[in-house]
Amino acid sequence: MEPTAAGPPLLEARTISKSFSGVHVSFDVRAGEVHALLGENGAGKSTLIKILTGAEVPDSGSLALGGQVVDHLDPTAAHRQRVAAIYQQPSLFPHLTVAENVALALERSGVWRCVDWKARRDRAARLLGEVGAAIDPGRLAGTLSMPEQQIVEIAKAVGADATVVVMDEPTASLASHEVERLFRIIARLRSQGAGVVYVSHRLQEVFAIGDRITVLRDGQLVATRDAGAVNAEEVVRMMVGRALNAAAPPHASAPGDVVLDVRHLSNRALGVRDVSLQLRAGEILGLAGLVGSGRTELAETLFGIVPATGGEVRLRGEAVRIEVPRDALRQGIAYLPEDRLHHGIVPEMAVDANVTLASLAAYSRWGLLDRAAERTSAARHAERLRIRTPDVATPVEALSGGNQQKVALARWLETKPGVLILDEPTQGVDVGAKAEIHGIIRELAVQGLACLLISSELPELLAMCDRIAVMRSGTIVSILSRSEATQETILERALGHEPAAPVAG
Amino acid sequence: MLHLYRREVSIAAATAVLGLVLAIVSPGYFSLQNITDLLLANLPTLVVALGMTFVILTGEIDISIGSTFAICSVVAGLLAKAGWPIALATAAACLAGAAIGSVNGALVAYVRIPSIVVTLGVMTALREALRWSTQGAWVQDLPPAFQWLGLSQAAYPVVATTLTALMFVACAWALAQTAAGRALYAVGSNAEAARLVGLDTRAIKLGVFALLGALTGWAAVLNAVRFNQIPSNTGIGLEMKVIAAVVVGGTAITGGRGTAAGTLVGVVLLGAIGPALTFLGINAYWERAIQGAIILAAVAIDAVGRTGARRIARAAAAPV
Repeated sequence: MEPTAAGPPLLEARTISKSFSGVHVSFDVRAGEVHALLGENGAGKSTLIKILTGAEVPDSGSLALGGQVVDHLDPTAAHRQRVAAIYQQPSLFPHLTVAENVALALERSGVWRCVDWKARRDRAARLLGEVGAAIDPGRLAGTLSMPEQQIVEIAKAVGADATVVVMDEPTASLASHEVERLFRIIARLRSQGAGVVYVSHRLQEVFAIGDRITVLRDGQLVATRDAGAVNAEEVVRMMVGRALNAAAPPHASAPGDVVLDVRHLSNRALGVRDVSLQLRAGEILGLAGLVGSGRTELAETLFGIVPATGGEVRLRGEAVRIEVPRDALRQGIAYLPEDRLHHGIVPEMAVDANVTLASLAAYSRWGLLDRAAERTSAARHAERLRIRTPDVATPVEALSGGNQQKVALARWLETKPGVLILDEPTQGVDVGAKAEIHGIIRELAVQGLACLLISSELPELLAMCDRIAVMRSGTIVSILSRSEATQETILERALGHEPAAPVAG
Repeated sequence: MLHLYRREVSIAAATAVLGLVLAIVSPGYFSLQNITDLLLANLPTLVVALGMTFVILTGEIDISIGSTFAICSVVAGLLAKAGWPIALATAAACLAGAAIGSVNGALVAYVRIPSIVVTLGVMTALREALRWSTQGAWVQDLPPAFQWLGLSQAAYPVVATTLTALMFVACAWALAQTAAGRALYAVGSNAEAARLVGLDTRAIKLGVFALLGALTGWAAVLNAVRFNQIPSNTGIGLEMKVIAAVVVGGTAITGGRGTAAGTLVGVVLLGAIGPALTFLGINAYWERAIQGAIILAAVAIDAVGRTGARRIARAAAAPV
């Protein structure tokens, strides 16, 4: 691996700028390298990527492919030049099958061309096999889980034989073994001479596969370095412009009484079976497991999104029935869902209305809203959670991902819950905001909130949690104390080959 | 603050320009008689349009209101002829409307059939049922106690306008200032998120359909009392007029965004244009075409303006 390979860059952006997002940078990717692109949310990564893939046209500057300046790059031209992109949010057609989705990306179009259905299916199956996923090409894309959709996107890029592959947080929804598989694919692409632009918030990943690292901040280039020449701390400092408390301090409070007591909880519809766990006041209990192991499904059962089919839930010693989310809220359970866009924020609503949405009763009297109180409260949350917004009347859709997530979190904190379930709370959130969210969660726990933290990022779980429950096949197979928990032990339990037998936590 | 009401202001401005042209070219348009006629003809439209605004805000639509309107008119008329006092006949019409709305709402919210399909079916079924039961006959010889709500012909416009104005203020206030109004926007903007915050999205949808039905009943009475008979084809095309006014007024057809004020200016503009054509010497056949053009323009402006607005908002939110 030779990061500074000779020859012209495969794709080069020369001092391009885009005025509305304030981006002004130069960037290139060479044959046989992985060029990692880092920066906080709003630093201009997405804009740069969109320009590289032809989705947006820069206001000034130029793009060069293989040393040749291209006047105008649009998605069709990019496709022809074999520039492929994998975005953070999969963009499959939900009503078409996997095979058809792959075909649309790869086959030449022609109105009268006959479709060879078998060839389509076979190719899709072959590509999926290459990326190591057992997904039936005949399934409708809309029925796939987020990680599965992401894997299909990766298969599309592999099948396109791309010379430049741009990946925007491809691992955001992948579990660790899937990430490893992706890394093998990336390594192969690199060895075949392709150039990979890799965007991620996860520094370990960047150092694991990156040859060069470019950091953006506020639309400007901070630096481009060989990955071997910098360490994580320096990169973080470049990204945020200040130093962060790198390692999260373990939180010191002693857990209090049992708040949530789950006994033999099952949900046939969601595949959750015989889950038992106890959660104490001030405790952060991690929920680890591979994608599909039933973590989100357990959360959805506890919150009443799909009612349980068996077992018992006790809150502060009293058995409660939770059939719909309203029941859970009334009992003081709050749930920050994984899919921020679809389940979290109400995009067209202002920040203040989003914050108070789950506690409207507290902000209204005989149904009449106290707008002033709403604004005050939202402003307080915005300050405390450091939500970057011009004012609380701004629609949430105008904020960046990390800030949207903080608004969603503020909404649940506003319900003053006793139990807070957090499902991938820092997914797709930049380093600075992530550290802030971690700090907030820890502070809440110190104040006595019982937290259930679902995360696919093991370092996050290890840094945050008092105990970590590992799920597999819809049940908790192991509960690890802080001292027992390591990345290895968690993975071993999560992957385990013996039949998954439930344990009580 | 003004930028939030850009659409409302621009539609009001367009209406003002139209008024100015009419004032110069054809001052007769502004005769007391014509204005009173226009007002009385459009009060029922406004009442239904307010109800429709609620439904569209939740992301649904109801195209059965023309038929509901006809049924409610006939119910009120027949009961009045049977000697019921006007207040009871009106209540019965509103109840009938609410019942039809509840059926629509239940099918949409609980059986989960898309509202366009449900209300298309209900629209046809009700219209045919009415035709079958009345054999196409008009309800004639309405009693004097029914006409003008039992008021004098001079007092009626004042009373009806006042009542409708109060209703408008109540709707505008409810949308902007109450928890229930907030819930409508939440359901229309992101139904899944609304459910997670504990809102009963199904009950809310059922509720707005029932409310629209009840308002349609009231509108039917406001309309019927102006004549001494009820034609069997009353209310045909009402849904188009009403939906057009709501959309022109800036309410997003996908739900989650819109105001009562927008609906008001939409009703005024569309209500003023039709008769204006006659006064301007343009063939009345153009009315529909012009209405259609206005709707398309409104939706197009919406689509273009929205992308722009989002960019501006994003740039403002971006770090400096």
